[in-house]
Amino acid sequence: MIDPAFYVIQFLNGLASASNLFLIACGLTIIFGVTRIVNFAHGSFYMLGAYFAFTLTATIMPALGDALGFWLAIPVAAVGVGLFAVLMELLLLRRIYRSHELFQLLATFGVVLIVQDLVPAIWGPEELFGPRAPGFTSFVVILGFRFPEYQLVLIAAGPLVLGGLWLLFNRTRWGTLVRAATQDREMVGALGVNQSVLFTGVLFLGGALAGLAGALQMPVEPANPFMDINIIAEAFVVTVIGGMGNVLGAFLAALIIAQLQAFGILVFPEITLVLPFLVMALVLVVRPWGLLGTPEPMTGHGFAGDRPLKPLGRRAQLGLAALVAVLLLLPLGLGDYTEKLVLEVFVFALFAFSLNFIMGAGGMVSFGHAAYFGLGAYGAALAVKHLDFAMEPALLAAPLAAGAGALLFGWFVVRLSGVYLAMLTLAFAQIAWSTAFQWVELTGGDNGMIGIWPSAWASDVTVYYYLSLILCGAAIAFLWRASYAPFGYTLRAGRDSPLRCDAIGINLKRHQWLGFALAGTCAGLAGGVFVFSKGNVDPGALSIPTSVDALVMVLLGGIQTLTGPLLGAAAFHLLEAYILPLTDYWRAIVGLIIVVLVIAFPQGLAGFLRERLAGEESR
Amino acid sequence: MLRRTFVIAGTALLAAAAAFQPATVKQAAAQEPVKVGELFSYARIAAFADPYRNGWQLAIGEINEAGGVMGGRQIEVISRDDGGTTADAVRVAEELVTGEGVSFLFGTFFSNIGLAVGDYAKQKKILFIAAEPLTDALTMAQGNRYTFRMRPNTYMQTKMLVEAGKNAGAKRWAIVAPNYEYGQSAAENFKKLLAEMDPEAEVVVEQYPALGKIDAGATVQAMLAANPDGVFNATFAGDQAKLVREGTLRGLFDGERPVLSLLTGEPEYLAPMGAEAPEGWIVTGYPWEQIESEQHTRFVEAYQAKYDDFPRLASLLGYALGYTVKTLLDTAGTTDTETLVDTLKGLKVETPIGPIAFRAIDNQSTMGAYVGTLAVEDGQGKMVDWYYADGADYAHSEAEVEAARPAE
Repeated sequence: MIDPAFYVIQFLNGLASASNLFLIACGLTIIFGVTRIVNFAHGSFYMLGAYFAFTLTATIMPALGDALGFWLAIPVAAVGVGLFAVLMELLLLRRIYRSHELFQLLATFGVVLIVQDLVPAIWGPEELFGPRAPGFTSFVVILGFRFPEYQLVLIAAGPLVLGGLWLLFNRTRWGTLVRAATQDREMVGALGVNQSVLFTGVLFLGGALAGLAGALQMPVEPANPFMDINIIAEAFVVTVIGGMGNVLGAFLAALIIAQLQAFGILVFPEITLVLPFLVMALVLVVRPWGLLGTPEPMTGHGFAGDRPLKPLGRRAQLGLAALVAVLLLLPLGLGDYTEKLVLEVFVFALFAFSLNFIMGAGGMVSFGHAAYFGLGAYGAALAVKHLDFAMEPALLAAPLAAGAGALLFGWFVVRLSGVYLAMLTLAFAQIAWSTAFQWVELTGGDNGMIGIWPSAWASDVTVYYYLSLILCGAAIAFLWRASYAPFGYTLRAGRDSPLRCDAIGINLKRHQWLGFALAGTCAGLAGGVFVFSKGNVDPGALSIPTSVDALVMVLLGGIQTLTGPLLGAAAFHLLEAYILPLTDYWRAIVGLIIVVLVIAFPQGLAGFLRERLAGEESR
Repeated sequence: MLRRTFVIAGTALLAAAAAFQPATVKQAAAQEPVKVGELFSYARIAAFADPYRNGWQLAIGEINEAGGVMGGRQIEVISRDDGGTTADAVRVAEELVTGEGVSFLFGTFFSNIGLAVGDYAKQKKILFIAAEPLTDALTMAQGNRYTFRMRPNTYMQTKMLVEAGKNAGAKRWAIVAPNYEYGQSAAENFKKLLAEMDPEAEVVVEQYPALGKIDAGATVQAMLAANPDGVFNATFAGDQAKLVREGTLRGLFDGERPVLSLLTGEPEYLAPMGAEAPEGWIVTGYPWEQIESEQHTRFVEAYQAKYDDFPRLASLLGYALGYTVKTLLDTAGTTDTETLVDTLKGLKVETPIGPIAFRAIDNQSTMGAYVGTLAVEDGQGKMVDWYYADGADYAHSEAEVEAARPAE
């Protein structure tokens, strides 16, 4: 019989983790509420907070004494991170407020990559053990259990910050403006409030809060270069469950997640892998705007400079034909490796194109498109491994498996909108990911499955090159055609005005659902072709980075054009492949290039080219 | 007449060319370096990658300075970042093999990447020597003729620990391991070996926190609730640091309960902990500063002279791999893959910690690990009462290999 007091202690443990989660998530939610930026760099802020605190304590604790030095270092580190966030806003985000709001996500992703390499370059790659908090290094006895004093500090920190934010938002003019902007940004602008200054302030506050969370983590965990990746997904989950932009909601969500984790591990120790995403999926299905959130203001989707899709002109058709001819002839002049590389571009082109089908035409942003790519890859691999399928039927199994998954997930997804829709796709992708990760007997767990090679007739690189070109090309052509079919027009109509669609009797949800399934099916085909070119599959195919890659390809190439994702896929994949061998800092370089491209081509590569060409034509 | 002269001269020239050509080609081949491909998750896991790279670069530098391999050819290592994912790694391997034309491959850190590259090696029929991956599968259930491994695998290291801890007196064990293949397989091996070595002992609680995301307070409390009298730990780095801090304050690590901990004695993990190294833990590791054999001292001195830093376990591994490359090429005398594979099976290699061999039955090297107890001295953790556990004594038995490993 377990001591009942144990449950009290476990509840306190849950409170301490909840505080930490809340501190990270509240900054994220404030930033999103006002600026609508999905800030991927928030994890980087958190990590920088820990590193700043480490350096500061090492410098000022000897000078000012332990207690004063430590408790001064924490807020100073938080302010430092706030200033870093301001820097990001001034140098980067401010330049692209006028472009598609997802472009800011792309920009912050570039910052993530840069910080990821910057941190080990400055502080070294090994973990850094900071000092423990002076005055809170021991334990107290609660109900007969030893409980670390510092955990009590953390338990207090969450509610204190929550109270402070409440005062700030309800008792100061600036806070009132922030609340107003969260509700209706345009109106605040119309009333003559300088939005740029407001945004800068909000970025400072959000960054400083993340920095504070990281700094307070120092006595618990050594500063290490994985802190950003380890926390960012959970931070988003908490934000979404609470309702984006709602601080109190974030607090509640953090509490729920942390307590479920603390007690969940008693029954099922592996639960932490999937639990936050499971909770997020459940909450979103029941409450489409999170616990305390409100429906997003109808701003369309703010695609600045949007224009409807136009069928290709004569010149573009000729260009496309020439491109196909070049791709057909390419193997004549390429080595094995380059052929493999271009073949992978086909795969990613289809992957990105299918994402753009739901994003561009359907207006549904997906943060979890890897689910369908991975389901395809796993569908093919499982068919080979467990059913002894040959490559040909396995390649058929790939789109079927992914399509089935997309039908199932999509039914829930299309009931949501905006960023909540995106986060639900992420939740489903993570559920698929953790299933592949945990179900070791079936999927091989994180080791994955190996030995999935093409049939003998297709094992030659050039043969497989043509096979990929035909399969991916056909799927792209099919989706392209669908974009101009009545089905595609209906999707686009629903994207631009759900209300009018409704009025003329279109069952929009069903169209979106089928569109989602169609895109998933095509992504699955890409996954199937991919797995036979690699010979193996592991949960990486279903993971967040794979989803982000697809998103980056679409955005780099230019959303709202059909050639954009193809261009983006080629540019991003080749870029990575050619930069990878050059330096250990390849991530930072890729990040830097993304940032530069975002600033230089706010319409994406295809959008830029189109403008240039259109400019020439009008001359 | 003139024409005939031409013909004669031409014939003579041709004959001369024919006579000289083989010689010049041979000479060129003798001077041409042997290209070897290397790949590792350099960006993703820099804390290991840098010392590892230092290790093999030191070895290759020494070898080339001393006249190279195969009677005077230099070794040219073409090194790449594997991108940290299987998809990137297989592409990089492909580039090294088909683009750069390397004779064989070595490297990799993560188990899934090691397996993926190993499978590629099998498909392409090219030799691959895995450096760091720990998964048993690489040489057992998923092993193949072309894939070898340097490090002692999870099973071997767990066995060393279970043996070291079986007299510690604990009967009720708690397991805490990261929730991914390495942790799962360490826990599984621990349970199996514990049942073999101490039938009375039982495992009373198991905790599998997600890698890098341990909720240390809740985890420690959950373990305490089962009232274990011994702990087997497979967490490492940041997770382990959190576990140690919480566990010490909450009385899980009270100095009374024996703790068996994988990898904790490796300088990669031990050095950053400083004075917080958990005293009394029985660990596997590498007490580099205390090994006094002549060849090891020579290695440490050369390493410190070149890099102004102390060697980590990864440095030793990289260095030993460098000399494996040399011994392999010298013994085989060719870069033909099948000959290389046949040669490496059973090949003995001298390393700073003594001779190791690659077992013919499963391609696993017999490199061992050091087992000892942690103590803190001058604000720094160190291993005491340590001994070298020779990998040959801990590797899977022939019967186990035959049962698990696919026939070649």
